[in-house]
Amino acid sequence: MSYTDLSVNIGKLHLKNPVLLASGTVGYGNEISKFTDLSKIGGIVTKSLSLKPRKGNPPQRIVETPSGMLNAIGLANVGVEAFIKEKIPFLKELNTTIICNIAASSIEEYVECTKILNPVDTINAFEINVSCPNVKEGGLIFGNDLNSVGRITEMVRSATNKPLIIKLSPNVSRISEFARIVKEEGGDAVSAINTLVGTSFDIWTRKPKIKNVTGGLSGPAIKPVALAKVLEIKRNVDIPIIGIGGIMNWMDTVEFMIAGATAVQLGTVNFINPNAGVEIVEGLHSYCEKQSIQKLSDLIGSFQL
Amino acid sequence: MYIEKSRVEWIKNLLPDTFLLRVYSPLIASKIKPGQFCNIKVSESDFPLLRRPFSICEVDGEFLHFMFDVHGEGTKILSNKQKDDVIDILGPLGNGFNYSGDYSTAIIAAGGIGIAPFPYLIQKLADDKKVISFFGGRSKNNVIEYGMKNLLISTDDGSIGFKGNVVQLIESQYSQFRNESVRIFACGPNPMLKALQEFSIKNNIECQISTESAMACGFGICQGCPIDNADGDGYYLICKDGPVFDAKMVRL
Ligand SMILES: Cc1cc2nc3c(=O)[nH]c(=O)nc-3n(C[C@H](O)[C@H](O)[C@H](O)COP(=O)(O)OP(=O)(O)OC[C@H]3O[C@@H](n4cnc5c(N)ncnc54)[C@H](O)[C@@H]3O)c2cc1C
Ligand SMILES: Cc1cc2nc3c(=O)[nH]c(=O)nc-3n(C[C@H](O)[C@H](O)[C@H](O)COP(=O)(O)O)c2cc1C
Ligand code: FES
Repeated sequence: MSYTDLSVNIGKLHLKNPVLLASGTVGYGNEISKFTDLSKIGGIVTKSLSLKPRKGNPPQRIVETPSGMLNAIGLANVGVEAFIKEKIPFLKELNTTIICNIAASSIEEYVECTKILNPVDTINAFEINVSCPNVKEGGLIFGNDLNSVGRITEMVRSATNKPLIIKLSPNVSRISEFARIVKEEGGDAVSAINTLVGTSFDIWTRKPKIKNVTGGLSGPAIKPVALAKVLEIKRNVDIPIIGIGGIMNWMDTVEFMIAGATAVQLGTVNFINPNAGVEIVEGLHSYCEKQSIQKLSDLIGSFQL
Repeated sequence: MYIEKSRVEWIKNLLPDTFLLRVYSPLIASKIKPGQFCNIKVSESDFPLLRRPFSICEVDGEFLHFMFDVHGEGTKILSNKQKDDVIDILGPLGNGFNYSGDYSTAIIAAGGIGIAPFPYLIQKLADDKKVISFFGGRSKNNVIEYGMKNLLISTDDGSIGFKGNVVQLIESQYSQFRNESVRIFACGPNPMLKALQEFSIKNNIECQISTESAMACGFGICQGCPIDNADGDGYYLICKDGPVFDAKMVRL
């Protein structure tokens, strides 16, 4: 089998293929590596980090919904210091691109986390989560506000020269305006989308099924929304887009790239098939062969309207 | 840990809504320990989307047995499997029971379908351990005896055995084993585990409880399955740090 060039560039970040695993759905890589060869995929995005460890929300944190799931994990994470000490040594040996995701409750905290993490060689890029729907401070309050997103991008930009990706919320009316401000403030790329706010009730007890009342919807249920957001950004702003939302297989990946994504991230599917990333890379190879595509990147934004 | 496509050998009813499933799963069978579990994809489609966790009930050579109650859509689909259907099983997961060590009597405490992990545990317990099993159900129509040894039964309505719950039954029998070195292994609904936790701490008996929660991944990457630690200042993950905990370690 002749192998197509699957590599893509997100600004100055070179990926051997466009398949990344999404923040919050791979932990820090160690558990999932028992099921899959992470060196075969484009890279992984680590669980959102805050300056100090976060315990996360009380249970129940997750519930399944039609073709999807709601989660309100509440950014449970080990904090920047333990991440560097305990998680980086493992990540260093992975032979894949490591993107470090940061979530904070103030602009200062975003900057401080970035400054502490910036010298760590193993980290190839930063993804800034301004769009977590499940925490009281920060999260969506930033993600919904153009000025905040602009200011966070600007401040974090000044703290690092590494590729900077801002992860956008779909819970806004015009996502492309957020992408525009990210570009103006020096961001290298945007990720779209984080989860959609949703809820679910038990009809017998009339109580919400997750303790936090609302949670973030992910999985195949959100794919059409995610595709539309990617397309909106693609048609309005010239910035690399990492498409996320409901990707289950290589066909979904191709669809996102046609809609304008340079790379993609897999989230919920990792819980069901932790080897999905590797299977998708194989699927992309055979798709390109069948379609006589020499460079997969030719597919990006190739929609025919 | 493996993702193993496993062929159904047979499935049969133990009760109208309780099933025993036998699948050919040589890799997992070679590794799995009592109290561990597997995360099973019950359909090939996106419905239901997530896997469903089930305790290992028994291992017979290269075959695994699971015992389950029909609860919602996922377990209903699983109950309709037929010989030679193939299901996708991820496992072994979790820590399992710690059943080695210095004690003379193993007390098995099962509430309803919480009996599922115990046939395998009993199979594996060393011959020198005395086993007394307790099963609690709603009525005589809900009693499962599969794989048990020296079984005492309680029912809420008293239609068979002791009238009351399984923890009350154990308490009523406690004088029998008060002077032995005992370890309790328990699985069942939360109120039962909580009562047993209190009982075991009060009487200073070693007690291991198998806990449950909603799960997405089953192996520690989603953070969806927290349980309070005893001090209440942090969480364990049930899928990775559990599902079996020393009763003193967690707040139920
Ligand atoms: C470690 C572990 C071992 C288990 N072992 C067994 C077993 O051996 N036999 C058996 O019959 N059952 C067992 N269960 C329970 C079993 O997983 C559920 O009954 C099953 O998931 C129900 O699926 P359903 O689609 O039929 O029900 P539905 O109610 O339609 O869907 C279940 C959904 O609810 C979620 N959920 C919410 N609360 C819980 C909870 N407390 N436990 C599980 N899922 C929950 C699940 O994640 C799932 O998405 C075990 C659960 C765990 C966590
Ligand atoms: C359980 C869970 C935890 C998540 N945690 C994070 C997180 O910590 N940081 C983040 O930026 N996104 C987080 N996400 C969002 C995902 O990265 C992704 O954007 C979203 O799930 C949509 O993709 P999917 O449909 O493929 O899952 C989480 C998603 C899930 C399901
Ligand atoms: S079920 Fe995913 S971490 Fe426990």
